[in-house]
Amino acid sequence: MEANGNILFSGVGGQGILLASEITAYSLLAAGFDAKKSEVHGMAQRGGSVTAQLRYGKKVWSPLIEPGCADIQVAFEMMEAVRYLPMLHAGSTVIVNTQRILPPAVATGQTAYPENVLDHLSSRNIRVVPVDAFDLARAVGEVRTANVVMVGALSAFLPVDTAVFAEVIGTRVPERFRDVNLKAFEAGRQAGW
Amino acid sequence: MTNAKDDTLWMSGNEAIALGAWEAGVKVASGYPGTPSTEILENLCRYDGVYSEWAPNEKVGLEVAIGASFAGARALATMKHVGVNVAADPLFTASYTGVGGGLVLVTADDPEMHSSQNEQDNRNYAFAAKLPMLEPSDPMEAKEMLKAAYELSEEYDTPAMLRITTRVAHVKGVVSPGEKLPPKVEIGIAKVPAKLVMLPSLAKKRREVLEERMGRLRGLAEVSPFNRIEDGDRKRGFIASGVSYLYVREAFPEAAVLKLGICWPLPEKKIREFAAMVDELYVVEELDPFLETHIKAMGIGCHGKDLIPAIGELNTAIVRNAIDPAGRRESFAPVDLPPRPPNMCAGCPHRGIFFNLSRMKVFVSGDIGCYTLGFLPPLSSMDACVCMGASVPIAHGMAKALGEGAHSKVVSIIGDSTFVHSGITGLINTVYNNSASTLIILDNRITAMTGQQPNPASGQTIMGEPAHALDLEGLCRAVGVRHVYTVNPHDVPETRKVLKEAVELSEPSVVISRAPCVLLPEMKARKPVSYFTNQENCVGCMACIRLGCPAISWTAFEEGEAELRGYKKSQKGVSKIDEIVCNDCGQCASLCKFNAITRKEA
Repeated sequence: MEANGNILFSGVGGQGILLASEITAYSLLAAGFDAKKSEVHGMAQRGGSVTAQLRYGKKVWSPLIEPGCADIQVAFEMMEAVRYLPMLHAGSTVIVNTQRILPPAVATGQTAYPENVLDHLSSRNIRVVPVDAFDLARAVGEVRTANVVMVGALSAFLPVDTAVFAEVIGTRVPERFRDVNLKAFEAGRQAGW
Repeated sequence: MTNAKDDTLWMSGNEAIALGAWEAGVKVASGYPGTPSTEILENLCRYDGVYSEWAPNEKVGLEVAIGASFAGARALATMKHVGVNVAADPLFTASYTGVGGGLVLVTADDPEMHSSQNEQDNRNYAFAAKLPMLEPSDPMEAKEMLKAAYELSEEYDTPAMLRITTRVAHVKGVVSPGEKLPPKVEIGIAKVPAKLVMLPSLAKKRREVLEERMGRLRGLAEVSPFNRIEDGDRKRGFIASGVSYLYVREAFPEAAVLKLGICWPLPEKKIREFAAMVDELYVVEELDPFLETHIKAMGIGCHGKDLIPAIGELNTAIVRNAIDPAGRRESFAPVDLPPRPPNMCAGCPHRGIFFNLSRMKVFVSGDIGCYTLGFLPPLSSMDACVCMGASVPIAHGMAKALGEGAHSKVVSIIGDSTFVHSGITGLINTVYNNSASTLIILDNRITAMTGQQPNPASGQTIMGEPAHALDLEGLCRAVGVRHVYTVNPHDVPETRKVLKEAVELSEPSVVISRAPCVLLPEMKARKPVSYFTNQENCVGCMACIRLGCPAISWTAFEEGEAELRGYKKSQKGVSKIDEIVCNDCGQCASLCKFNAITRKEA
């Protein structure tokens, strides 16, 4: 297996980033890759900016992505898509949930949410794939599947068969939520194409 | 269990250590939660045949493990790096007594301080306590090294330490399950006072045993497969242990490497052999120049902290750029964005207390937990935070230094778990040595910061079994506090009255703020009821906004918008509650004087 890659997940604590990164990791492993993933727990989870780093390839040494070496970023919030710009390179793909979650300084009226924030990416030759994950999740009948919508969009950019993702979702998600999650995945995949 | 494929598992370092403990036949495990160590015991308690518990602090946790070891069982103590400071007293002397059953202390260090108050390098403890230490690079190795540490502990009659860092503990990787080791030591009472009673006369004899043992461990370090030379391009040779080894392998894939899995004691002969093999020797390690100092003391020249940063985590890029600046890869500069720091949850009971403190002219001596976030704006009401339990004695010390009338100027604030961990002795001192400061105990029924671990005040064990719940009011009275108040922090104005009364007293007082953490399963399972804003009543006073609750946001009016929407011309904007985020605490409603916030009827 020659392919390798670095996937950065970013968002706000509580958005389901860990589950999304887990489904992706299991799918890459099932497809025959080695993988390593870094998470930060504790203080970082209290509504703050959160990331998970997933690396795959024939053999993965370091669990951390080098600055400038994330090939794909899956951003669950628009500003969090831009916060980790130093991790990206020209030609990276950023799949971004077009949702705005106001940080404290914005919510309390001290500063404004930046306008056209994604321009920081497209102006640097970074491909932006916008996904209205919240809306797509609502359309399939469960707003809490927005994270799986994002995995669906991501899957369009990975060397892993859709069937592998579907099987992993089947085993990782409680049975009564299985169908709705598979629908969410499919909706995301369509949006990613 | 988490199958990656048929025969392998996908596990974090902490999950792998729990599996390793089970495979090693650990019978008793104790510790105190602390990032990044917490998940070890949380996972281990699910395995059959292992007794696991949360101790009130790390010292107790290690002492429990020492006791189990004395009784012949393989025993484990787990804690974060700063927890070892608390457990250092038994650790240094357990080194003298040695073990019965194998005894391992896992120290989980946090370079970069992702969730810690300092980034001390606990490899120094192995040197100082004269103990062997193993340092894995990834989850699979963490499991294997833990098992080896038990064999080593029994063979050399010594406690052993396993040092992990955040990038091992919270990294997931592929792990292969292994065989369960049979017990080697029989469980039972063995009376060996010459070995276990550390009176000076006996300890002096054991001191000599320690030196002899360290000599034999040096021999082991020379031959252990964990210390291995990986030959390659000899122009640059690297010595590394732990996660630094992975960064070296990635930054310089062709280079010769001496990987040190046993980072104390060091294999001097092997290091000399490797140094002689290579043109230029580089020691790559996070934090202190631990290996470098000892290698230089052997008279071996090397590069180390002259190039490699001593502060924070390393990664592949830092290692490459430090050693080969010409190979530097440029990356985009960061964009200036509004920060998104962690925040107390919507509905967090701590918020109401800190809101009140922000309106009182007091110095707030704080402690370690979610509530340390009370430091952040808009509450900005924590003025000091040093270590677990320090809030109480620091307030007392300040009061003594400030003299007359200081009791109304300094308060201390501590969580229930932290109070039990090491705040009680401070309170005893406050009463005994007669100062009058007020202590606020934030009793949310759980150790919340590390992810909902029960503690001695919670009424349940790590297994979820019912347990005695410490009576905090009774305890405070028993140590001599005559003024003990209990408040509901969600009623902000009522709580303010009590705090004001307590602070004015010229005798010690305790205010127990009692309301459960909103992340507790029973709180999450509640029928969702939220508050909502009657925006027509909102006058834009911002009283609710100043709580800093993530469910409440401010919408500023454009010019002329206030009048257009029927508000007073001077009104600057309105506040709004996000009903999905709201957790039904009602603090904002208790502050609103204009009937603009109402609870939705269920």
